[in-house]
Amino acid sequence: MKKQKHVLLSGPYLFWTAAFIIIPLLMIVYYGLTDTSGAFTLSNIAQMGTPERLKALWLSLLLSLIATGICLVMAYPLALILTGTKVNATGFIVTIFIIPMWMNSLLRILAWQTLLERNGVINVALRFLHLPELRIINTPYAIALGMIYDFLPFMLLPIYNALEKIDQNVINAAYDLGANRFQTFWKVIFPLTVPGMISGITMVFVPALTTFVISDFLGGSKVLLIGNVIERQFTQVGDWNVGSGMSLVLMVFILISMAVMQHYDKSGGEQVVL
Amino acid sequence: MSNRLIDMQHITKSFDGQTVLDDFNLYIRENEFLTLLGPSGCGKTTILRILGGFEKPDKGRVIFDGKDITDLAANKRQLNTVFQKYALFSHMTIAENIAFGLKIRKKSEEYIQDKIRYALKLVNLEGFEKRMPDSLSGGQQQRIAIARAIVNEPKVLLLDEPLGALDLKMRQDMQYELIRLKNELGITFIYVTHDQEEALTMSDTIVVMNQGYIQQIGTPEDIYNEPQNAFVADFIGDSNILGGIMIQDKLVEILGMRFDCVDSGFGSNNPVDVVIRPEDVKLFSIPDNEGPGSAEYEDAAARAAKLNPGRLEGVVTHLIFKGVHYEMTVEAAGFEWLVHSTRMFPVGGRVFMTMDPFNIQIMNKPESDDEKALEFETI
Repeated sequence: MKKQKHVLLSGPYLFWTAAFIIIPLLMIVYYGLTDTSGAFTLSNIAQMGTPERLKALWLSLLLSLIATGICLVMAYPLALILTGTKVNATGFIVTIFIIPMWMNSLLRILAWQTLLERNGVINVALRFLHLPELRIINTPYAIALGMIYDFLPFMLLPIYNALEKIDQNVINAAYDLGANRFQTFWKVIFPLTVPGMISGITMVFVPALTTFVISDFLGGSKVLLIGNVIERQFTQVGDWNVGSGMSLVLMVFILISMAVMQHYDKSGGEQVVL
Repeated sequence: MSNRLIDMQHITKSFDGQTVLDDFNLYIRENEFLTLLGPSGCGKTTILRILGGFEKPDKGRVIFDGKDITDLAANKRQLNTVFQKYALFSHMTIAENIAFGLKIRKKSEEYIQDKIRYALKLVNLEGFEKRMPDSLSGGQQQRIAIARAIVNEPKVLLLDEPLGALDLKMRQDMQYELIRLKNELGITFIYVTHDQEEALTMSDTIVVMNQGYIQQIGTPEDIYNEPQNAFVADFIGDSNILGGIMIQDKLVEILGMRFDCVDSGFGSNNPVDVVIRPEDVKLFSIPDNEGPGSAEYEDAAARAAKLNPGRLEGVVTHLIFKGVHYEMTVEAAGFEWLVHSTRMFPVGGRVFMTMDPFNIQIMNKPESDDEKALEFETI
């Protein structure tokens, strides 16, 4: 009896998952592996092989990695500082970092476009100060900047949480056993935050790899990421089969990256120490 | 137990304007098992943290082995701490945890392996080298925390309520384990707890504290049998604490009745505090419907009088079986007495109660200055 009730309670969620996640996923697999007549084919996946698309995939991987790396380097020290501060200040600063997320991400990227444009706010200011202009709009630099700006909080919070969870006495124990601040950080604090970094990296890398909004607004039509290529297949070309085939390829890359992360999440701590 | 190893002089410490320790003085001898005992917030943990180097006193000095270590960083001190809730490094194996301090000190691999084996043997956890801390029980984790501290051969081991998170049986086992460890290692243990039973079982010396002030320093026997004030008496074990009047030497009036006692030197007609342990209250049952004059009533009175000329008549109001003894509440002369006895007296039954003169403990009333420190605080 009791068990049945539990199953009933999970019903809405199961329905949601099935209707909006599993079935669409199966549809992508179906479209990706068939042609317009419905016959099995691998040609949709092979479509990824054109130089232009490979270039977009490569650029996507590169920019996502760079953005993830910079987010990590920026977020870790910040999280350390936040953890060191008193409780009230922490709440305040974390809020400051979360507030941008209250605004629609599209709007924020649009704001960056206005800032970075050739005659945008930044360049007007630079010209006024007789400084050289910033010409990064419609370049990969602007896209990386947009990614970092958009996804930094997703890196900050898991690392901050991991640091917060470390018992002060564990750190004191390291000092007590003779470690100096440097040794305490590298041998105790850093390894204990590996799981936080892993989730931060996943939460930045995956959306960065698949984004097409950021590259649309900050890359113009000049810089194409794999997200844009796939989006166009659906919205402009109208070829769902090829679009799905390329989505499958991208999914494989995401699964590989997650598997790598998972591996480090489990054994990472010890490996860093030894 | 000879020379002073640690000397804390005039230590004052406050947090956010709240004074936790005020001109605190204490010395600790070599090879002593000293326990700081008191309710939470009494400053005992702050003392340990000052010794460990995790807090700096606002005023005062800490002398360790003849040297002033007040400003020495925690990682430079020759003492190690066993923290509450173990504080093991959860990302390292047991062997790596134990080796941590030794690796920092750049000891040879051979020496480290030897020490790990030795320490695990000492805490009865041989073969646990490859395990992760999460896979151990609370008691095992605590023993690893002790092993991790002692491989560094500290002169002093600081223990901050190390058994607080363990269940009763495990706590008792660990108490014996700690005594054995201390004897085998021959080093000084400074132990912080709010558990009076733990303190009585293990310590050479107990320091009873309340609100940052030392209430009494002494052996467990001293503290239990001769509490210096009502706070100590109340905190160490169960007790009946009453106001009384010292009529003259060896005669005290409690609740309007005069009892023989053995203490003297409290003046005459002076107000005092009286402590009587529940196991020292003797009961003599009065048969139902028997009043003064009846043979059975007078017989009970006579038996009570053999112990002490003074006696009170009361009624048993509560009765609980505690295993070794019965715990009873007896209402007599408007006071609820706590009584422990191996004999059962039924609820509602009338009793005479009295005490051996030797078991009536007389204490001076606290001076008004100290009254704040004597305020009772429940833990």
